Amino acid sequence: MTATAVLGATLLLTSACGGTTRGDEAADSGDGPRTTGEANPDAEIPAGLTVTFLPKQLNNPYFGVADGGGEEAVAEFDGEFSEVGPSEASASSQVSYINTLTQQGVDVIATSANDPNAICGALNQAREGGASVVTFDSDTDPGCRDVFINQASAEGISSTQVDMLVEEIGESGQVAFLSATANATNQNLWIELMEERLAEEYPDIEVVATVYGDDEDEKSFQETQGLLQTHGDLDAIISPTTVGLAAAARYLSGSEFQGEVTLTGLGTPNQMRAFIEDGTVERFALWNPADLGYLAAYAGAALSAGQIVGAEGDTFTAGRLGEYTVGADGEIVLGDPTVFTSENIDEFDF
Amino acid sequence: MPPEPRRRRRPSPSWDLAVVGVLLVVLIVASTTVSGFASSRNIGFLLLDVMVIALIALPLTLVVVTGEIDLSVASTVGLTSAVMGSLWVSGLSLELIVVLCVVLGGVLGAVNGLLVTGFGLPSLAVTIGTLALFRGLAFVVLGDQAVADFPADWTGWAIGSLGDTGIPNAVLPLALLAVGFVVILHATPIGRGLYAMGNNTEAAVFAGIAVRRTKFWLFVATGAVAGLGGVFWTLRFASARADNANGLELLVVAAVLLGGVSIFGGRGSLFGVLAAVLLLGSLRNALQLVNVSSDALNVLTGLLLIISVVVPSLAARRRARRRPGGGAPPETNPVPTTAASTGGP
Repeated sequence: MTATAVLGATLLLTSACGGTTRGDEAADSGDGPRTTGEANPDAEIPAGLTVTFLPKQLNNPYFGVADGGGEEAVAEFDGEFSEVGPSEASASSQVSYINTLTQQGVDVIATSANDPNAICGALNQAREGGASVVTFDSDTDPGCRDVFINQASAEGISSTQVDMLVEEIGESGQVAFLSATANATNQNLWIELMEERLAEEYPDIEVVATVYGDDEDEKSFQETQGLLQTHGDLDAIISPTTVGLAAAARYLSGSEFQGEVTLTGLGTPNQMRAFIEDGTVERFALWNPADLGYLAAYAGAALSAGQIVGAEGDTFTAGRLGEYTVGADGEIVLGDPTVFTSENIDEFDF
Repeated sequence: MPPEPRRRRRPSPSWDLAVVGVLLVVLIVASTTVSGFASSRNIGFLLLDVMVIALIALPLTLVVVTGEIDLSVASTVGLTSAVMGSLWVSGLSLELIVVLCVVLGGVLGAVNGLLVTGFGLPSLAVTIGTLALFRGLAFVVLGDQAVADFPADWTGWAIGSLGDTGIPNAVLPLALLAVGFVVILHATPIGRGLYAMGNNTEAAVFAGIAVRRTKFWLFVATGAVAGLGGVFWTLRFASARADNANGLELLVVAAVLLGGVSIFGGRGSLFGVLAAVLLLGSLRNALQLVNVSSDALNVLTGLLLIISVVVPSLAARRRARRRPGGGAPPETNPVPTTAASTGGP
């Protein structure tokens, strides 16, 4: 009782008075990255640059490969690479690591955010301390970082999947989508773009259903089964999510539809290797995470050296990947996804 | 009140003093060997990291002293955060939301309290249940969405510090609460009653202590403080989410046990617990600064937790064996030295 009273009093004392409601102040998001000073494209990357990768979580194979790409790049420009991170991917768990990096005074922080806002304050403190901040894979609010390395544009991801579909079933047939959750922003955007392009360029391809496996293996498996039972003439399934693609492949590989119904989408080579080998799936796509990390490291070095300041139109060279241009809102697009087939899948391990 | 027992020998050096000692050693070693550890900015980061743990550890210490436990605290933080986010979206004033969140925390605590004291259920089982229930409700309220557009002066206050000292603003209200809880536990009849309940509930009842009512209000207070923790968490990370503070209950319980509070009740002090919170935080911070991986840090936290349960229990067993004719099992009726020896503020 006493404690509750003390609490209440403390709260009222410490909270600002006067009634703060939503919309009182102009939204401060969307002001874009801070870009100060002029870019000097000819600046040299200084030796000994400290570059730290902070993935969503450690021990995640995807980020293991991405950070490996970063390490490769850092070795090329004679910097010092390190990788730190939390053991679970929660919204706030990255903050204390960012604080530590601020304290250590590292030159470049390359991070993939578990939450677009939770690490903002910490990242801005790091930038005030002189660090260049690059986000990759998952962005923060643009006001909290210098540049964002986008693995692929939504357009690139969607058209690669449509291309893969057409290559296998031709220009007519029935297709269904097996998505993640019904409110997953990126999935919905990709599906919308794919439907638009199909309607415009391939009017004879009919989208008969979109189902949601919620990124759960079992549910995705059952939804696949349901699709095939409901739509007897189905020619193809596109699953733009790694969990869904693997689960659908597992169902197809054990059913009479194997080889009859085309399956494609976004997946990782290690999940899909067996299904490429047994002929269930002929091709699927994903960006190459090693290239993603590699580009993030070079972008960080370019920022630190002053080659770019994160403004639209700044250009820099990212080692073996060649030249890149900073787009609107400090976004740098890696390129179209990599398509994996039996020809090249053995070159990838993630 | 139970009469002060006659002491046959000096009490063994108390665990909470030992924790304070280890904390000092860690602070000295880290300051001299880890570059940047002792800077005011780093101390600020460290304090911010342990703020919510310290906050919740205050009432939880009292709960554990009575022989109960509350594992639902982190889920209360998450549910409060989710509710805070949706109330903010609905356009209520933030001042009102903060009060509502603390009240909500208190209500959630009352649910625990009612199940434990009204129905006589074991608090371990009850709060494992509400741990899942509250977290589930948090996802019902906010799903996997995040609400982030809290006003910058509030979120700035939550990560800001007092002038150039590096000491976070939030230390002040925390210190006020800490003083309140220390006084209650160590300087009032209520506090002595809590130790008595933990040592021997039946004796406490016979001594005229309102065991059930006191325990009920302890759960309410714990919930309310966890609600406040949810508010602070949300502002600090400028992000209201249903999964906020996931797993935090383990760190809080680890801090309470490492601080010398017996999991069986009846023993421990807030000084030991606050020292343990700082010890865990400093170790983590210093090891992070020398790039020890987070997996190793988790292993370390686990080891410290096991040590803090095993060592006092072994010591108690040895004491009991030495005592001629020591009949009663040590954990249900331990030598009640702690309450008396650390009783004064």
